[in-house]
Amino acid sequence: MTKKTILIVGATSDIANATAHQFAKAGYNIVLAARDTADLETNKSDIAVRYETEVTTQQLDILDTKQIEGFAKGLSPLPDIVVCAVGFMGDQVTNELELSSASTVMRTNFEGPSLLLSAFANLFEERGHGTLVGISSVAGNRGRATNYVYGSAKAGFTAFLSGLRNRLASKNVHVLTVLPGFVATRMTEGLDLPEKLTAQPEEVAQAIWRATERKRNVIFVRPIWRLIMLIICAIPEPIFKKLKI
Amino acid sequence: MKLSGWGGFPSHETRLVAPRSITQLVDAVHDGNAIARGNGRAYGDSAIGSNTTINMRHFNHMIAFNAQTGVLETEAGVLLSDIIDAFLPRGWFPYVTPGTKYVSVGGIIAADVHGKNHHKDGSLRNFVDWLEVMGPSGEIVRCSPTQNEELFGWTVGGMGLTGIIVRAAIRLRPVESGWIKQRTIVAENIDAAIDIFEDNSDASYSVAWIDCLSTADKAGRSVIMLGEHASMNDLDDKTRRRPHALATKGKLSVPFHFPSWVLNQFSVRAFNSVYFRNLKWQIGEQLLSWDKYFYPLDAINGWNKIYGRKGFMQFQCTLPLASSREALHEILGKISSTGSGSFLSVLKRFGAQEGGISFPMEGYTLALDFPVSKKTIELMSQLDEITLKYGGRFYLAKDSRMSAATLDSSDNRSKHFATWRAENGLNTTFQSVQSQRLGL
Ligand SMILES: Cc1cc2nc3c(=O)[nH]c(=O)nc-3n(C[C@H](O)[C@H](O)[C@H](O)COP(=O)(O)OP(=O)(O)OC[C@H]3O[C@@H](n4cnc5c(N)ncnc54)[C@H](O)[C@@H]3O)c2cc1C
Ligand SMILES: NC(=O)c1ccc[n+]([C@@H]2O[C@H](COP(=O)([O-])OP(=O)(O)OC[C@H]3O[C@@H](n4cnc5c(N)ncnc54)[C@H](OP(=O)(O)O)[C@@H]3O)[C@@H](O)[C@H]2O)c1
Repeated sequence: MTKKTILIVGATSDIANATAHQFAKAGYNIVLAARDTADLETNKSDIAVRYETEVTTQQLDILDTKQIEGFAKGLSPLPDIVVCAVGFMGDQVTNELELSSASTVMRTNFEGPSLLLSAFANLFEERGHGTLVGISSVAGNRGRATNYVYGSAKAGFTAFLSGLRNRLASKNVHVLTVLPGFVATRMTEGLDLPEKLTAQPEEVAQAIWRATERKRNVIFVRPIWRLIMLIICAIPEPIFKKLKI
Repeated sequence: MKLSGWGGFPSHETRLVAPRSITQLVDAVHDGNAIARGNGRAYGDSAIGSNTTINMRHFNHMIAFNAQTGVLETEAGVLLSDIIDAFLPRGWFPYVTPGTKYVSVGGIIAADVHGKNHHKDGSLRNFVDWLEVMGPSGEIVRCSPTQNEELFGWTVGGMGLTGIIVRAAIRLRPVESGWIKQRTIVAENIDAAIDIFEDNSDASYSVAWIDCLSTADKAGRSVIMLGEHASMNDLDDKTRRRPHALATKGKLSVPFHFPSWVLNQFSVRAFNSVYFRNLKWQIGEQLLSWDKYFYPLDAINGWNKIYGRKGFMQFQCTLPLASSREALHEILGKISSTGSGSFLSVLKRFGAQEGGISFPMEGYTLALDFPVSKKTIELMSQLDEITLKYGGRFYLAKDSRMSAATLDSSDNRSKHFATWRAENGLNTTFQSVQSQRLGL
């Protein structure tokens, strides 16, 4: 049997790297994609040495949207699974003051990832199988003053994934939405996160692995986040708008 | 932030950083008075920087493996547990391993660790092909037994005081299975234990657990565990189905710091008798998984918390062969007379040893745990004195309290090390709370 292949985009992220380890351990060949492939060299040899699997790297800037379709079509073999971990939080105050910063955040979290998965959706549909994994965020479940630029872009991505799943449900293409709560990664380094609510990247990776095996639709990683977001979303707007959260 | 070692004592204020790239690592080194930290398993203050502590956990990539020679090139933050996970299924195991697998490659090289096979194979030093060490300028220098030998000599065993080990090449041992044939022998007292070690010098692995509270002609009664890697022929039907043996499952965790009264001399006594009663049961030969044989303590997460918030200390000395018997009698006599029993007391025969400042010497090593209290600190100073009297020395990876004067009189190599550090401008760049205390 030939080995299955997983493509992981945004591969320099801690969550992406942990996911690569998880799938390599399960016997997949790994394709890592990032803006700068030089940043992937240590991860590449590490995974290859540990799991004796084939690891290759690809260059992709998700903001270079014209490149996306060619990138997807150029991969050989076409991967069985695509994970998009690309994301960028930016600084909320800067995002408020500088429209160009807000635009980068919106495009990096919504436009780029959605177009990427669109391209693979079409190829997977044509082939008749495949799994698309989008890492969005609970920040997209309700806009909050402290990070609504990032949150709104993630909201867009979450809605996009939901629509894509609806479209492909009958086409044997599985779409998984990952809504991690806090995760201890480079993105959140230095922030004072509550320990009980913060997952390790390996935990997210394991949850993704299990969810792809079981064809789950939406996962929160730590189940407590489902409850937290239920409560946050249930607060009536007249009250919510006055809260500092 | 406040940081301590595995014993939870002492704790010190330090700036903890975790660089992700060589550039960030250089910046951290340029802060000065910095020290590398691996997985924090040294008991005392070896891995606490007097100014900055550099956590090496992001340097956790393996680089290459040569399946002909068994040489693994790896970054220094990789844990031994990861190496076993990756390579035992392919028939390789670390040549030298301490009693826990949750240690980093950098940490075990810096401590030049010994295993249960020291009497045969020596310390880890013998299985390190080369190192890449970042010095004060941020430049990375490769050293080996034949290249920059001096730097290599002091770095292995040098407790992080020669620079940051960034990468290393270590040799693994080919094994047929992950099972160990263990032979257990009971020794009624310390003399019998030493005789058993001497009679079994051809065993691949040997170690003894001692009951420190037994007295008179039972003083030092112990259980000696000898081990051999099992070949495929040694396995039975059950073990042959999983020749590489799985890691121990269903780990227990210690959820919080126990109140300090939990571990008093009565509980230690009870533990030791229960332990001995159970062990006497298993006398003879049995097959154990690598995890149970080498890492019994790893089965309990956070076992260090049973000693309570005040923490605990280790006393580990090594004694010259000629005076070992006499010295051990005196040490065990001192311990049982104060009634401060040690939970885990381990005795081991060392073989010959080389190296700049490495701990082992041909003879016997004794390791003891004590909860922190005025009384035990006093006892440990007395044990220092006995060790000095017989020409022994102390393990820096376990030390949390000895004085600079004690180190000086135990080991004339320490002065040379301090001088070499000063001459090479290392003493202001790389400094731990321990090196400051010991004047290294
Ligand atoms: C349960 C238990 C059993 C043990 N059994 C044994 C045993 O049988 N034999 C034995 O020899 N030891 C034993 N030890 C001690 C242990 O092996 C050493 O303390 C080892 O150094 C711990 O590695 P670490 O990665 O946790 O290092 P740390 O505790 O983080 O650091 C230890 C020292 O290594 C230095 N260091 C760490 N990383 C680097 C680096 N990248 N570059 C330069 N310096 C570095 C630090 O500065 C410090 O001086 C045991 C410890 C425990 C907790
Ligand atoms: N950490 C959390 O608490 C948390 C919570 C919920 C969701 N998430 C999501 O999880 C995902 C992974 O995040 P992380 O925490 O691991 O943080 P991260 O390290 O910042 O990951 C972001 C990734 O996106 C990549 N990226 C950014 N802009 C890109 C572009 N234009 N083209 C290609 N790649 C680009 C980054 O690559 P470079 O190295 O090139 O910058 C990096 O690999 C993100 O989508 C994030 O939003 C994280």
